[in-house]
Parts: sequence; C-alpha cells; structure tokens
Amino acid sequence: MNEHCEYKDLDIQNPVLKALRQDRIPHIWCPGCGIGTSLNCFARALMDSGLNLDKVAVVSGIGCTGRTAGYLNLDSFHTTHGRAIPFATGLKLSNPELNVVVYSGDGDLFAIGGNHFFHAARRNMDLLIVCVNNYTYGMTGGQVAPTTPLGPTQTTMPYGNFEQSFNLPFVADACGATYVARWTAYHVRQLAKAMNEGLLKKGLRFIEVLCPCPTLYSRRNKLGDGVDQIKYYKEKSVIKNGADTKEAELTFQGEIIVGKFIDRERPTWLDSMNKHFSAALGDSFVPYGANGGDNGKN
Amino acid sequence: MKADTSGVLTGVHFMDGDHAACEGALAAGCRFVAGYPITPSTEVVERFAARIPKVGGVFIQMEDEIASSIAIQGAAWGGKKVMSVTSGPGLSLMMEHIGFAVCTETPSVWVDVQRCGPSTGLPTQPAQQDMQQVKWGSHGDYEIIALSPNSPQECFDLMITAFNLSETYRCPVFFMMDEVVGHMTERVVIPPADQIEITPRKFTTKAPSEFVLYATTQDDLVPEMVKAGDGYRIHTTGLTHDERGYPVMTVAVQQKMMTRLIDKIRNNVHKLVDVRTDNCDGADVVVVSYGITSRIAHAALDEARAKGLKVGHARLVICWPFPEALFREMASGVKAFVFPEINMGQMVRELNRAVAGKAKVVSVPHTGGTVHEPEVILNAIMEAAR
Amino acid sequence: MASETGEKKGKGTVFVKSELCKGCSYCTDFCPTDAIGFSKEFNQKGYHFPILTHPEKCSGCDLCGLYCPDFAIFGVRYKDLEEMRLKQA
Repeated sequence: MNEHCEYKDLDIQNPVLKALRQDRIPHIWCPGCGIGTSLNCFARALMDSGLNLDKVAVVSGIGCTGRTAGYLNLDSFHTTHGRAIPFATGLKLSNPELNVVVYSGDGDLFAIGGNHFFHAARRNMDLLIVCVNNYTYGMTGGQVAPTTPLGPTQTTMPYGNFEQSFNLPFVADACGATYVARWTAYHVRQLAKAMNEGLLKKGLRFIEVLCPCPTLYSRRNKLGDGVDQIKYYKEKSVIKNGADTKEAELTFQGEIIVGKFIDRERPTWLDSMNKHFSAALGDSFVPYGANGGDNGKN
Repeated sequence: MKADTSGVLTGVHFMDGDHAACEGALAAGCRFVAGYPITPSTEVVERFAARIPKVGGVFIQMEDEIASSIAIQGAAWGGKKVMSVTSGPGLSLMMEHIGFAVCTETPSVWVDVQRCGPSTGLPTQPAQQDMQQVKWGSHGDYEIIALSPNSPQECFDLMITAFNLSETYRCPVFFMMDEVVGHMTERVVIPPADQIEITPRKFTTKAPSEFVLYATTQDDLVPEMVKAGDGYRIHTTGLTHDERGYPVMTVAVQQKMMTRLIDKIRNNVHKLVDVRTDNCDGADVVVVSYGITSRIAHAALDEARAKGLKVGHARLVICWPFPEALFREMASGVKAFVFPEINMGQMVRELNRAVAGKAKVVSVPHTGGTVHEPEVILNAIMEAAR
Repeated sequence: MASETGEKKGKGTVFVKSELCKGCSYCTDFCPTDAIGFSKEFNQKGYHFPILTHPEKCSGCDLCGLYCPDFAIFGVRYKDLEEMRLKQA
C-alpha cells in the first residue's frame, strides 16, 4: 500500500479485496466504467450479508458485465450469451443450499436472454439478478440495446435510436419478481444496501443498476466521461421508494426514478414443488432441497 | 460402483424406447432433467416428470431448448448427473451449448430422438439425419461421443453406458435414437440395481488450496471435478482458459486447452469402439448400420444369405468417435460395404474415409419419413456383391 | 501525507494503491468533504492518481472506497486504524 509511513507496520488491505479474486485484479473495464463500482458495492454487500460465501455462487453471461463472475471470489460461472439465468436455474435446483446470483448486463439479460428472465420471474426461481444497465453493448463496440433510450446515437442506430426501450423494473414487476429496485452508480450506499437485502431475501430478486459506459455511450453522445454521467444521475435522480414501476421509464438524460419499488413474498419454485408434491403424492414423494434451500445462511 | 436402488425399476416391462431411455437415465443416477416438449422425444421427459418426485431429484420444463441445454450444465456443476432430451429443431437450438459443455468439460447426456428435417420436416416420422450435426454443429473444433440404440432394451442398457462415458470423459454424450426406436414397444428387462455398474463422478479428494480446476496429468487428460458450494471457489468459462479456469487470450493457451480437449477422446478411440459384428469374417459384402436401420438390415441379410451370398453385418453402437481403424482393417478382406441410413449419406462419409478406396462403399440413402424397404437394402447388397 | 508533514489530521485517511487507478475521478468528485485531489505524478498506466490534498478534511468515511471502480482507494478512520494496531500487536 502507499505512503502512509506511520501505518507501515500494519497489514492493511482494501477490505473489499476479500470478496474478490485478487489474482485477477486489475480488471478489464475502461476508465470511468461503472461496472467496477457496482461490483464494489456487491462485494461489500456480500461481506456484510453474514452469508457463508462458500455457499454463494455467481453466474454471468457474456459482455462487459459478464466478466463480473470472474472477479468474485465465489464459485463463479461465465456462461454463454443470454443464458446466465437458465444456467443459474439448473445450478440452484441441483444444489438448493446455494445462494445463486446472476450478474449480467442489459443486453445479455433482456435482449438475447429476455425470455429466460420472464420465465424465471414467473416461476419465482430463487435467484438474485443484478442487471447493470449501461444502455449499450459495450463489449462489441456500442450497438443499440433494448435499454437504449430514444434519441442517442449508437453504431447500429447511426442517426439516433428510434426504438422504444424496456422499462426494466416494470418488466420485473409484471413478471412477478419478489424484490425490484433501481439504483445508479451514484447511489453507492443505497445500492450496497439493496444488494444486501437482495442476497438475504428469497424468490426472484431484481436490481437494476444504471452505470456509465463512457467509452461507447457517453462520449459518442457528447455526454462527457463516466464521472459526468454519474453527475447526471446525481442531478436527475428522484428517490421514490414504492413507486409504481409503470412510471419508472427512462428517457435520454431525463429524470430517473430510483428506489425500492417492490418487496413482496411469493413461494419460490422449489417451495411450490415441494408443497404440491407433498399434497399430491403423500409419502411416496421424496422431499427435495429442504425448505427450498437456506440460501447460504448456514 | 453399483446403481442406487431408488432409481432402478427392476423387473420385466413392456415399454417403448422413450420410456426405457428414461428408466436407463434414472438407473444411471440421473437426478436432474431439463427439457422442452418436442415430438417424438416428449415421452422421455413426461416419464421423468412423473417418476422423479418419487426418486428424489428435479425435472423442470424450461422455456425452450436453449435454456434446457444450459440448465442441465448448471445442474451438473451443482453436483447432479444430468440429461436433456430433444428432437431435430430443438437440437438445432442447443448447438451453442454443446460447445460450452465441451469447453467447460461438463458431464451431460443429450438425447436426440431423430425425426425428419430440414426445418420442421416430418415431426412424427423417423430419420437419422442429425448424425453429423451433433459432431459438427457447434462452432469450433471438438470431440464428442454418440451412441445409437436399436431397441427399447438398448435404450435402457446403452443409456447407462452413455452416462458412464460422460463421467469418464467429461464431455457431452449424445444418445441418437429415432422416432421408431422411441415409439416401438417391446419387452424391457431392468436388472436389479446391484447388477448395474455405474461410473461415479470424478470428484477430487484434494483440499481447496491444493485443487486446480483443469489440472491434468500426462496419463489422464480428464481433470477432477468439484461441485459448487463445497468451498473450492472455482471459476469456469466458455472462454479459452488456463488450468485455473481463468480466461487467457493467447495462442499458446488455446493450443494447450484445445489439444487436451481433443486428445482426451482421440487418445482413447480404441476404448470407444462398440461395433456389433455378425459373420463379417470371410464376407464378400458387409452391411454397416446403426439404430433402427440395423433391424431393417436383418431382413435384407437373411434374404441375401438365402440366395447364397456371403454377407456380414457391422452395427455401430458407438457412432462417434467413428471406429475408423476397425473398418480400415475390415476393408482389406471384403469386396464392398453397403451402408443404409435414413439420411442422404451422413455416416457413410466416415466409412468412405476409413476404407480409403480399399473396398467399394455403397450408400443406401433414404429421404426419411419411414424406414428402408428391406428389398432396397437387398438390391444394394446384390449389386455390391457382383 | 498528514503524518509526515505534520499537518493537522482529520478524523481519518485514505490508502491508495496507485497502480490500480485509472483516473476516473469518482473519488475526487464525490468526496463529501472535498479532501481528495489528484497527484502531480503519473502511475504506470499514465494516470494521475488520487491523494489526500486536504487531510484535515478527511473523515475516513470510505465513500471513495465504495465509489472506486478499480479498488484503488479506500478510507479508514484513525480510530479504526489504532484499533487495528492494537489487534495486530
């Protein structure tokens, strides 16, 4: 560590490193990219959760955010494009004691992987899904995403985007998620808290994190650097916990509604399966994954 | 080790191939299946859905075959033996995940009850048109194993072999049925659990600090495995990776990884030969077949022998890797091979390559929808024998 | 740094792993007490990395640590550092 002579005798490390694969840092993300900030918040949420981290697994798809799995010191799976959720579904159902987190980007989860999200939420699969929304495809060079708001230029929308974007909290709410929140890379404390809540809750929990992509979204649209985008989040965000998700639509550089929108209880897929088979099959049913798993709490 | 009794339905049954395949999987220790309905494979998952709650495990009907083919891989890393089941169009959707299973070395069994293509084709009628697709359909180079049963009894027996091979080699193993084998109902004998030999997963006994995810030795190119949740904190990826499972974007690491993935199968092709031969020694003509076509070939063989022809039969039980050496050797003793398949000539390409001009190779193609008329095969035998 | 120059200390300080910094300025811009600025020097990657320009203002709140996308900086309260010293000794 640095020039602090008076503490040279102390073995002092960034506490967040405990949750990361230190042999893989520095990461690949660009200067000013917000994914690292979201990962930082997640690492702290993990450490604050009190969970047995041997029982927490993270699954990512493909893309810039897809690299997240590789930096977390957990059982981590970097899967195929769009398929983190079905992989995570298999992992969770196979080993119900795991607390399974899907950590991926907006294009991965809602374009190529959209169908899987809808069904995982409908089934209330017991997963925490963190979606880093940077409005673009970063890894491939800044193409239009299902979350790009109307207006900004992307390489495949060279004259500005004319496609309607998804309002992700509304989608998650409509599909039945038990927890829905949106924060930005500006709201680090709230985000870390939401991630902590998400880790400790059951059912399909969804957290959208708005993050700057300075290289392929901000600069292309003359919005400055990463930090300028975070200043925009600071200026234009309105915290509305419990807001109607219908009203959480995002527009180009417009107002951003953030907060915890949904927090409700629904039986998970495994709980439903166990309850139903116990009733339907009686003693011939072999119960599976006691209580639908304890999500790493022991 | 011996099979776990909970999954073994010991007894004499009258069941179709799809159901027998399901029982084979249960007996082999499969405890997680993800699938999507598609004719003519659906009965496999229907039976699994009915049976698994009483055995202890999970069936989930996913939203599509793409999801099914990756959900099983998540489940394999969660510690279960896994299977997915599909047919032509569904298999096409699964292609990317064959490569993922190869790259991450995820033991998994993939059942393809073949129907006619291309596209939606003849959904309820038989074909053997996906034989090359499973070998070459996913991008990049890879080696897989494929088996082809010709009866409900073999759907049971060979399914156990399929699971055992997927654990031994840590690769996807394809179970290439067809509509007729899937839907024909016959006597199936399921032995007691203690007569069923099961290959357990090669779980490591090393401590987490000692364990390296993809470390292998020169003698054994198949790494040991762990399951998520046991404290090993593994990372695996479909990117080119080093022994730790970490992505490394260099030619050297690509070469090392690819060489091992290919060699762990190619170095063992001699162990992966299962060709059932009948009167091939001294034969002038050998009929080569697999799956349902092998049973049609029998009728043609009987007729040909009645006419005094010296005809042998070589049935491929393991189709991939193709038993090249066996046919290369056989080629020097016979005049011709006759190869009926319910496709326009797929595995016959492999036979041609193996025979390398040392004997005549006659393809007996079929556009699909039904099996060959035995006369067509007989005519080909007679033509070849001339 | 505060201790070396004998300047007035704040309630806390920051530690910087300068070689990890990519100069995004999240920490400098969002420091609630404006205690952090940029070094004149470059790190190996060619970025100016953060330093405590106003050590007397630092509360050790670690907001910089939470914002940093590169795990290059974190803040600690002196109180906690002294506790650590006692523990490690």
